Amino acid sequence: MRVSFTVNGRRHEADDVWEGESLLFVLRERLGLPGSKNACEQGECGSCTVRLDGEVVCACLVAAGQAQGREVRTVEGLADGAGPPGGLAPIQQAFVDAGAVQCGFCTPGLLVTADALLERQPSPSDADIREALSGNLCRCTGYEKILDAVRLAAARSAAGAAPTAPGPEAPPAPRSEPEPGE
Amino acid sequence: MEFLRPADWTEALAAKAAHPSAVPIAGGTDVMVEINFGLRRPDALIDLNRIVELREWEVGADTVRLGAAVPYSRIIDELPTELPGLALAAHTVGSPQIRNRGGVGGNLGAASPAGDSHPPLLAAGAEVEVASVRGTRRIPVEEFYTGVKRNALAPDELIRCVHIKRADGPQQFSKVGTRNAMVIAVCAFGLALHPATRTVGTGLGSVAPTPVRAGAAERFLEQALDEAGLWDSGGVVPPAVAGKFADLVVAAANPIDDVRGTAGYRRHALAVLARRTLDWVWDEYRGKEWGRACA
Amino acid sequence: MDILRTPTDLAQRGHGGVGESASRPDGVLKVTGEFAYASDLWARDMLWGHTLRSPHAHAEIVSVDTTEALSVPGVHAVLTHADLPAATHYGLEIPDQPVLAGDVVRYHGEPVALVAADHPETARRAAARIRVEYAELPLVTDESTATAPGAPVLHPNRSDHYADRVPHPNVVHHQPVRRGDLAAAKARAEVVVTGEYELGMQDQAPLGPESGLAVPAEDGGVDLYVATQWLHVDREQLAPVLGLPRELVRLTLSGVGGAFGAREDLSMQAHACLLALRTGRPVKMVYSRDESFVGHVHRHPARLRYEHGATRDGRLVYVRGRIVLDGGAYASSSPAVVGNAASLGLGPYVCDTVDIEALALYTNNPPCGAMRGFGAVQACFAYESQMDRLAAELGMDPVSLRQLNAMSQGATMPTGQPVDAPAPVAELLRLVRDRPLPPPRQWETAVGTGTGFDLRALPGGLSNTTRGEGVVRGVGYAVGIKNVGFSEGYDDYSTARVRLEVVNGEPVVLVHTAMAEVGQGGVTVQAQIARTELGVAKVVLHPADTRVGSAGSTSASRQTYMTGGAVRNTCLLVREEVLRLGRERLGDTHPGWRGDGLWLRDGAVVTAGGEVLADLAQVLGDDVIDLEREFRHRPTEPLDPENGQGFGHVQYSFCAHRAVVEVDAELGLVKVVELAAAQDVGRAMNPQAVVGQIHGGSVQGLGLAVMEEIVVADGARVRNPSFTDYLIPTILDTPTMPVDVLELADEHAPYGLRGIGEAPTLSSTPAVVAAIRAATGLALRRVPVRPEHLTGT
Repeated sequence: MRVSFTVNGRRHEADDVWEGESLLFVLRERLGLPGSKNACEQGECGSCTVRLDGEVVCACLVAAGQAQGREVRTVEGLADGAGPPGGLAPIQQAFVDAGAVQCGFCTPGLLVTADALLERQPSPSDADIREALSGNLCRCTGYEKILDAVRLAAARSAAGAAPTAPGPEAPPAPRSEPEPGE
Repeated sequence: MEFLRPADWTEALAAKAAHPSAVPIAGGTDVMVEINFGLRRPDALIDLNRIVELREWEVGADTVRLGAAVPYSRIIDELPTELPGLALAAHTVGSPQIRNRGGVGGNLGAASPAGDSHPPLLAAGAEVEVASVRGTRRIPVEEFYTGVKRNALAPDELIRCVHIKRADGPQQFSKVGTRNAMVIAVCAFGLALHPATRTVGTGLGSVAPTPVRAGAAERFLEQALDEAGLWDSGGVVPPAVAGKFADLVVAAANPIDDVRGTAGYRRHALAVLARRTLDWVWDEYRGKEWGRACA
Repeated sequence: MDILRTPTDLAQRGHGGVGESASRPDGVLKVTGEFAYASDLWARDMLWGHTLRSPHAHAEIVSVDTTEALSVPGVHAVLTHADLPAATHYGLEIPDQPVLAGDVVRYHGEPVALVAADHPETARRAAARIRVEYAELPLVTDESTATAPGAPVLHPNRSDHYADRVPHPNVVHHQPVRRGDLAAAKARAEVVVTGEYELGMQDQAPLGPESGLAVPAEDGGVDLYVATQWLHVDREQLAPVLGLPRELVRLTLSGVGGAFGAREDLSMQAHACLLALRTGRPVKMVYSRDESFVGHVHRHPARLRYEHGATRDGRLVYVRGRIVLDGGAYASSSPAVVGNAASLGLGPYVCDTVDIEALALYTNNPPCGAMRGFGAVQACFAYESQMDRLAAELGMDPVSLRQLNAMSQGATMPTGQPVDAPAPVAELLRLVRDRPLPPPRQWETAVGTGTGFDLRALPGGLSNTTRGEGVVRGVGYAVGIKNVGFSEGYDDYSTARVRLEVVNGEPVVLVHTAMAEVGQGGVTVQAQIARTELGVAKVVLHPADTRVGSAGSTSASRQTYMTGGAVRNTCLLVREEVLRLGRERLGDTHPGWRGDGLWLRDGAVVTAGGEVLADLAQVLGDDVIDLEREFRHRPTEPLDPENGQGFGHVQYSFCAHRAVVEVDAELGLVKVVELAAAQDVGRAMNPQAVVGQIHGGSVQGLGLAVMEEIVVADGARVRNPSFTDYLIPTILDTPTMPVDVLELADEHAPYGLRGIGEAPTLSSTPAVVAAIRAATGLALRRVPVRPEHLTGT
């Protein structure tokens, strides 16, 4: 079958798609977008996390045909509109700076998930970060530096935002804001 | 394999009638796993994502009409007051990514005894609305599960929504898994108090071939609360009553040994969950702290 | 041939020399999704390979019929054992493993046939149409069945060099380590504790599945792009199997999604190459997660029996141990695992009388081989559990008992080897013990829920099992010792090629090694070393491949030592050549050229006092310095087969942990609240990466303590080959992990550094279990600890 949908703002079409293929397979093998990773293909690791019409989902569990006409954002599009072309989104930069990347296989999924968290909740508590990232497995880092990275991105965006007195409606401050590294 | 994309409910029913072996797919959180791993090769998939009404809910006087594909994340955010047990259970489903896609219809369609939404549906009281080109029928949820991963759907039927009793009292859901997130239930328990009718509801997951209610435990507890006048007095449930209740809950279970846990542990843990959730709902009832959800 | 996403040079014009937290040269590519992992490879006209695997753990293959599979449209080749062109077996040390099973399958999941097709689904369907008739054979699954009279011998007619020394043909290797007069020591012992311990089968579970692309070449050879830990040892095994001379088998490292030992053995490498050579088309193979769980070796499950004798004041008098490791169906790295378990089986302690034997079995269980900390992980769980039991028996504080017996520099190992570098075992224990404890009942103080408790801080987490009911806290300690590098006389070396030239006026260093970057940050350190030694900002890392000499394996905590050492060594030779050229060309221009201690900084030659003599552009002109050299650590010796004596190891690495846990004792659920570590790293080449390794290793140990196990049951079949049922820790299972890093230089090692990757995996497991014991009062002899163990159900 033919499937067409938007990825990172660009219209894509794929032909001869087998009906049992996942969105992940189509992204990786047919559209040349292998940034979303194929670690488990059963929704148990989060490495393939993408935004589907804004929602954070596992691309391995979306049938290719279900993406028809919809908008997908992948790690390859995270930096779009986040500064000069070729630059990094704040969460990407924070992952690099905090040492949150080792083998990097879980990184794209974590970045998409963490980016969505910070969009929804700019100053998450540690427990909020842990809950939001609890569907993304990492086997290398023990997660400590991933937490550092999310805190760092949140702190940088708070520092970059116009300073306002925290009102009662302001989100709670992060419980700890350690610098990356030890 | 065919990929059918009905635009609305009528088309979906027509597609299912024309392709009785077709597998409906909404969140894909069960179906795609089986396809990715080569465990299932249906002749056709029916994509339900485009059917808007499946993703809608509506609160009525006594029940909530919950579309089959309302994702768990919206149940958590939007229905914690009306369906607190289900919202708690939804919060334990898979990962945030899974909760954004999966819904109660998928749990019911798969009819796995480990499905997280079954215990709260059983405890609260619910009817599954299924439909085909032949018409619509409502199946009480306890009659919906007919065996391990089998349900009461006819080959041409699809699940449209679930009519769930609105909470009229405290509800709880608790599940044991061997990890602190993203884990399949080793066992699970749902409990609902209905002060208006002075009844209680239970639901047990992962401890029998199908999700089940513990009817004898419900009747015992109702009687014990009544006889001691606790509904009115708000007095403490005596430990002996809680213990007997837990024993009767366990008596309703028929667990097996598998890689996730032993039958013996499941019985043990179920008793603990029954006692604890009874504590929590009764505390809430006494304090009238209904509907205050926690993380 | 169009091939997409083959590895490219990693260029970094950066800062950060040795000792600084330089950022990864592949970091930006990894966060943008552009980094090319092995599963991302693509070639025009490529086919997909698929493996048919045995459903039985031990069976005779009566017949194989591929007719129907070959008739599936889109199928280009089906291969079985009968189609193998040359050598039929391979292995890291002992070539006992069939490329495709011939007459018999020896474990569940063993490869039996291969399919190449134009779509992965077509390949899967065709594989399902291969008719294999099996006749099941009796199973050998543990020591008693493997060595029972009349037990089936899994590898008859062994000719390996262990065959004559083993007590039974189903024993791969057996190593005693004996020192001191046991009878006399037993007489002196005032207190004796004995214990039996068991470890389940842990899996490395790297997130990147086994993957690669084999491309047939016009010269009759093959180019393989693959995720592996050791390119050259793959090639050594592949060439005979493919029937090709070594030089026609060219390997290039593709992006590796974690390894932890799982990629030290071949998985899909030979299969993809065979299919590519047969079809004349590029063949890509990517394991699915369930296949990955049966397609690589695991950590050896083990049963251990220990007996510790001590004086009443707590000094160890003797230690006896028997360590039985289940190697599964094929040898893999079992001999080295045995050597580690035996030689490190005492732990980081001093004791004059030791009698430890370790052995690995051949069974019909899944093959076991390398996983982070191998041999030492199993022993550490047992000897540290014993130290706690001894402390309890003596009424001593467990940390004090360990400190009393802790080894230090100058101690003698049970192998007779002197410990000739710092061994700050007591200090590491002090560091973790002296940390303030995390506040109790943090779920009550957690913010954001308004209900006075936060499930996310409680055992059971989001599953809503407790609000504090049944929750008890415990604290536990452990410390471990791991060898670094390849031991027992192995000729362990690495190779680095370094090229220095001036491009458009800017000096550029190219570093080319065959080191497998699997996430550990070796590439970062290589660039740091080049910047430090050659004073050049721009460093380009050539993709790792077999066009340069072997780097050895990315395992045994050895790459920073070995390939870091090789890069440093070659850089120093390049520097000498720069200085030679400078003296030759510019020596007359400045008296400083005649002085000692010239070095390179900021692209220039400077004197020891820092005066600039010349830019590299002036010195080199258009000349290119391009050197490739090998680097070896100091030699080791084989262990004596009878008593295990010998200078067996290159270096030791030490880490200590304190675990704080909260256990829901009624439900048997565990929340690790804090896991503090202290490790001596000799020299922190990159402090951020060092801490990252310690965190990652600690969590793999935590996983073994409380959740990770491959369940082998029902006819020796793997029952949980999925991330649904093989659980690894999520971010809600991992605690805060404060780390103390000591830097006590080892004078034998480059920069004084110590291999660091494995030590944290050792002590984390026993520390967590000790904490659970402290919380519950239970004996807990087996890991992973399951809710059943904690609830007696």
